[in-house]
Amino acid sequence: MSNTTSTTSEIGEFEQEDVSPETHKRGRIVQAVFWVVLLGFLAVAPFFLYPVFVMQLLCFALFAAAFNLLIGFTGLLSFGHAAFFGGAAYVAGHVLKVWGFPPILGIIAGTLAAAAMGWVVGSLAIRRQGIYFAMITLALAQIVYFFALQMPFTGGEDGLQGIPRGNLLGIFNLSDPITMYYFVAAVFIVGFLAIYRIVHSPFGQVLQAIRENEPRALSLGYNVDRFKLLAFVLSAGLAGLAGSTKALVFQFASLTDAHWQMSGEVILMTLLGGMGTIFGPVVGAFIVVTLQHFLSGIGSWVQVVIGGTFIACVLLFRRGIVGEIARLLRISSL
Amino acid sequence: MKSAIYAGVSAAALSLAAGGAMAQDAISNGSVKIGVLGDMSGVYSTGFSGKGAVDAVKMAVRDFGGEVLGKPIEVISADHQNKADVGSATAREWIDQEHVDMIADLTNSAVALAVQQLASEKKTITFATGAATAALTGENCSKYGIHYGYDTHALPVGTATAVVKNGGDSWYFITADYAFGHALQDNTSSVVEDLGGSVVGSSDVPLATTDFSSYLLQAQSSGAKVIGLANAGQDTVNAIKQAHEFGIVAGGQQLAGMLVLISDVKSLGTDVAKGLQFTSGWYWNMDDESRKWKAEYEKFSGGEAPTFVHAADYSLTMAYLEAIKAAGTDDADKVREQLGKMKIDDFFAKGGSIRSDGLLEHDMYLLKVKDGGEDPWDVADVARTIPGNEAYASLEAGGCKLVNK
Repeated sequence: MSNTTSTTSEIGEFEQEDVSPETHKRGRIVQAVFWVVLLGFLAVAPFFLYPVFVMQLLCFALFAAAFNLLIGFTGLLSFGHAAFFGGAAYVAGHVLKVWGFPPILGIIAGTLAAAAMGWVVGSLAIRRQGIYFAMITLALAQIVYFFALQMPFTGGEDGLQGIPRGNLLGIFNLSDPITMYYFVAAVFIVGFLAIYRIVHSPFGQVLQAIRENEPRALSLGYNVDRFKLLAFVLSAGLAGLAGSTKALVFQFASLTDAHWQMSGEVILMTLLGGMGTIFGPVVGAFIVVTLQHFLSGIGSWVQVVIGGTFIACVLLFRRGIVGEIARLLRISSL
Repeated sequence: MKSAIYAGVSAAALSLAAGGAMAQDAISNGSVKIGVLGDMSGVYSTGFSGKGAVDAVKMAVRDFGGEVLGKPIEVISADHQNKADVGSATAREWIDQEHVDMIADLTNSAVALAVQQLASEKKTITFATGAATAALTGENCSKYGIHYGYDTHALPVGTATAVVKNGGDSWYFITADYAFGHALQDNTSSVVEDLGGSVVGSSDVPLATTDFSSYLLQAQSSGAKVIGLANAGQDTVNAIKQAHEFGIVAGGQQLAGMLVLISDVKSLGTDVAKGLQFTSGWYWNMDDESRKWKAEYEKFSGGEAPTFVHAADYSLTMAYLEAIKAAGTDDADKVREQLGKMKIDDFFAKGGSIRSDGLLEHDMYLLKVKDGGEDPWDVADVARTIPGNEAYASLEAGGCKLVNK
């Protein structure tokens, strides 16, 4: 154990160019500001924004943050995360609607199912690297998509409709938008803190070492494949947590959630906000979902606007919004 | 002295509050808001939804005088992109945020089923017109959901009966792969089988398919006398056009479009569609009253002639506003009760009534495509009028749980 800590701190020093106490302090302050803004927003949002919209923001923010765990902190580009998001939505929906489980158990069932799917997909995909890795995840996600299209329990193109929200712990009626909102906010905070904890744990440090230099991590004696697989399973499970929660919010699980375009969207959210930053995916998800929501009147042109935003992001601020803020303030992680 | 002022002030406040409450009782949130939720850009955006449907609702509001019980009537519209999740999310926001009192159109059965269920939970009236599945007033019926115009039970009663009686007794289905297509295929199959015909096979086709060749070849090799098209809109038009290109009709197989609109016939051309029989809820050239309404509509919307779905949109808006006027409130329970009591008898629905399961029972028409008439939209003749009680399933057979048996 002590051996692990010493090597990780070594790697930590290796990637941080400037570790002077002032930078460290500044980083902590800025991070604290982000936390305060985020929590403050969560507390008051439903009073000036439409609660269902904010819940949608949170579900996608959690989805993007889960995806970022893989691409941002482990360096693995999965092009099939929609399968975990949508698959979990179907499982949670089925468990809630047909088996009549309470909401929390439904969400847990969806999360576990996504983690299990992540284990299967991950153990196949991590045998290859780069573009081949992405292609395997895409192919397996397409299998899940067509499975969802053909299986009777998913309702095919009709989707799984009328998922009951039910009562939380038998006390709180989730049909009430504000109650539902705080439940979703709590789920989001739990998921987000889990990601924060994973990234800042020794395990997370090893993941970042693998991202920076896989042969070196291997030569230091780490079982790289096991770390990658565990990261994949965690990321899939957390994406499933987001998908199950979304199914409960909209009382609906549909093919849109499992479609490959959803996998593309989450990549866009993560890149736009800042890959490899803690808050980046949240910011990216907020921007993309807000654009989609308020521009829905212009139909397919939304895709053009979002595409333009993406191009601007790639050309002008390649680190993403939060990544650029971190660079300007010269702090190592945000 | 002071206490007298207090008494006066509180009396005034009380009467204000009471007045406010009374106004709120009559019309909630200061206006009656109608939301037209349809397919505004996809395969059902012509003939079913789109601008045509929005115009029909707006025209009805204009003809009603623009206000009811002294409050203005507003019409808003949105595109559900044929996605049940988009439709359901839009409807939810409309009801929660925009205080929409009634949602109309709902073309696409999957969207209609989702929105009707959601709206019922939130005590909002829905009128499905473009949607066809009979499940809306059958197993999925709801207290506030009304199905207005036609359904998958009524369509084959006209078309399939006529085709089987002409000798088309073996069928192969090309079916839109969602709630609507499956319901239409099931209903048509039972009509065919009741008349002694048989169903030899079927292909499920995703919505908005442009290439029907593989499905048409399967239908051709099945040897069925009739290829039943359990789809609608642009899908039906594409399937019929491609069937002609493949020489399927020339080869002796017959096409039966189970849901065809006059706009589809016009886009096919009467030479391709000649002899085609189809069932409709209304036809503009069937009597003077309808011809007059069609002329008005063309003037209002600027060009396109109305399909029966557009006529239904107009008729239901009128019926809904009349019901609010008669009930003296826009409260969903009272309006729904009033709608059940009223007779729906206008240019569109002859001798119609809204049943307790939410279905508008009215006469349907079997149309037969003819050579083009003087008017470019005069594409068919009424071959048969099907009485409402024959076209639609009875209350008992419909399977709605709200019906007391």
